[in-house]
Amino acid sequence: MMHDVRPTLVFLAVMTALLGFAYPLAVAGLAQVLFPFQAGGSLIQDRDKTVRGSALIAQSFTRDRYFHPRPSLAGPAGFDATASGASNLGPTDRALVDTIARRVADARAAAPGTRGKIPADLVTASASGLDPDLSPEAALWQVPRVARARGLPEDRVRQVVETLRAPPQGGLLGQPRVNVLRLNLALDALDRLPSPGAGPTAPGSGSTP
Amino acid sequence: MNAESILILLAFCTVIAALTPVLGGYLERVFTGKRTVVSVVLGPVERMLSRLMGVRADQEQSWSSYAASVLAVNLGGALALYALLRTQDLLPLNPAGVPAVEPAVAFNMAVSFVTNTNWQAISGETSLSLLSQMAGLGVQNFLSAATGLVVAIALMRGVARRSSRTVGNYYQDMIRAVLYVLAPLCLIGALVLVWQGVPQTLQARVEATTIEGGAQTLALGPVASQVMIKNLGTNGGGFFGQNAAHPYENPTPLSNFLTLVSVFALGAALTNTFGRMVGDARQGWALLGVMGILFVGGVIAASVAENHSTPALHALGLANPVAMEGKEVRFGVPGSTLFAVVTTAASNGAVNAMHDSLMPLSGLVTLVNMLLGEIIVGGVGAGFYGMIVFVLLSVFLAGLMVGRSPEYRGKKIEAREITLAVLAILVMPVLVLGLGALSCLVPEALASVQAPGPHGLTQLLYAHASAAANNGSAFGGFVANTPYQNTALGLAMLGGRFLVIIPVLAIAGSLAAKRATPETPGTFPTHGPLFMLLLGGVIGIVGGLTFLPVLVLGPGAEHLRMLSGTLFP
Repeated sequence: MMHDVRPTLVFLAVMTALLGFAYPLAVAGLAQVLFPFQAGGSLIQDRDKTVRGSALIAQSFTRDRYFHPRPSLAGPAGFDATASGASNLGPTDRALVDTIARRVADARAAAPGTRGKIPADLVTASASGLDPDLSPEAALWQVPRVARARGLPEDRVRQVVETLRAPPQGGLLGQPRVNVLRLNLALDALDRLPSPGAGPTAPGSGSTP
Repeated sequence: MNAESILILLAFCTVIAALTPVLGGYLERVFTGKRTVVSVVLGPVERMLSRLMGVRADQEQSWSSYAASVLAVNLGGALALYALLRTQDLLPLNPAGVPAVEPAVAFNMAVSFVTNTNWQAISGETSLSLLSQMAGLGVQNFLSAATGLVVAIALMRGVARRSSRTVGNYYQDMIRAVLYVLAPLCLIGALVLVWQGVPQTLQARVEATTIEGGAQTLALGPVASQVMIKNLGTNGGGFFGQNAAHPYENPTPLSNFLTLVSVFALGAALTNTFGRMVGDARQGWALLGVMGILFVGGVIAASVAENHSTPALHALGLANPVAMEGKEVRFGVPGSTLFAVVTTAASNGAVNAMHDSLMPLSGLVTLVNMLLGEIIVGGVGAGFYGMIVFVLLSVFLAGLMVGRSPEYRGKKIEAREITLAVLAILVMPVLVLGLGALSCLVPEALASVQAPGPHGLTQLLYAHASAAANNGSAFGGFVANTPYQNTALGLAMLGGRFLVIIPVLAIAGSLAAKRATPETPGTFPTHGPLFMLLLGGVIGIVGGLTFLPVLVLGPGAEHLRMLSGTLFP
């Protein structure tokens, strides 16, 4: 064991320099050149460079005029991007079923006249508490409320949802989904446009990975 | 099991099967010292490093000396990591100003990362400095994976060599594992992850003003470099608390798929490396075949359970897919279920969905994967040597059945090898059932269980299985960050790692020293369907039956109560 002392110490020191510093810094340097938007956290910025959030991280939306993301259990108030979290409740836990039942009742009350089954992602907490997406069904469920609050025809809002609907990657991987932040930005951009004929635009949407 | 689940499973298996001979061949070249495509660049670095360490490639070690070196590097690494975590508040690269990690937690984390478990009692984004993440956890992610890899290689040499007193040089193997295998693959893979949206920056926090005018603090860091090695090295410890479910760690379905591939890539490739080293590729494919059958069976069972979900939630009028609690929309049920099975089969432990919220039967699949000792592809290296232990036992049983002295690859399997194999196999039941039972008796330990009903027992079982199998995933509701659990689970991780590695290296040494006996018509072939069936049976009976009672009482009972609509408490 004694002749292990030198190789062990040298090995750990060199590996710390190589893998602990050189490797992450090399990736950071290359990433900064190749994919600066993603490397910096896919930040969505105003024209004056104020950061409004990340395209990948859900943020809280509570007003009727915005689409609401999935329920979040990241931090006590939800949507805390420094404290990702989930319910961790099992399928036979009464607390889980009661919570979902309450969310179902709220979702039905907020959308009177909407019939049919409720999209599950709308009333269940995500794994990260920061899920940036909704299923297209969960977004469409909210269209009547958003349209009413904005004084827009439902078809117009539905059209925005369909425009931002992302299909499975490569036609194979994942689920169809809609990014809530981009969706709401597209709606706000719609308000600012003079003619309703122009298509919706979202800042930063050109660099979507 | 819907079309989508089948498609993604097929795509995954195809990619792994295609990668296996390519990577397997490369690993064989690297560890037998042949020239590779990157030798021009890395050869001089390797020689310089060897000189600096005072190591010579031709100075091979006996198994006991090899094992001593494994322990020395792991002990040194654990002490360094512990010291770093305890003093991170005083050291640079702590932009978020996090305090030092508590002693019991630091012990648990140091053990956890050195043993390739990456069980995390605390969340990285809130509790660790960038220095701790990069120079601490990041480095051990590489070294623990490399350790598993080289122990597997040493065992392969043991099987392949004849009348040899040595099994290789540990330090030389480690240098090669890092320089030729892990580092280059991670460099490329990390950039692909950044392309998909994983951040890589030295900024730890960004303040955002949300659209509705609120404030949101975004946690960032050198995420991509760490995520890539935690997957490729089957470490599994996330940069963020919610691991691969966090959009910054796993932003797209494509990043999810690449994560899954990188988790299985090396473990699967090692079977092929083995085939090449023993001069018969079929030997490797037979092992991968058994792993593949067990794996696909698990995915099918879990997918059926997840797609059915619970009657209580169906009754609330939820549309399919219902089982979205603790899952992310971009992965959906198919991408989350496949991930859950892969991560527990492979000793990875990263999660992209919360396992605590899985259906009881899919939770059962993840548990069985771990309790079998993670031999379904398994951790880098650990899966392979765990499988060989079962192979030796199968050969031995086959020998007993037909009354011939058991042989594997021309080597007589005798009392010494079987004793060592049984010692290695007993580690899981002793640690999981022993420490688990102790946890049930000590009130302080039992307080960690949060879920009511049979799910509570599953939580407790999962924690111990995950620690002993060096997996690192958790039923997140289980309160792991207590002095008792930090200590007990830390000991389980140590036992699960080194009490297997030492007998395995002893087997390697013992086999290497043996003379080969020529193959005769009476030799039991170890590449055909009959052997695969026997091996699968031994794994099921020896590995699985041990845990049957507790599995029935936990996930089994919960499933039946769920079907009858019972809720707890």
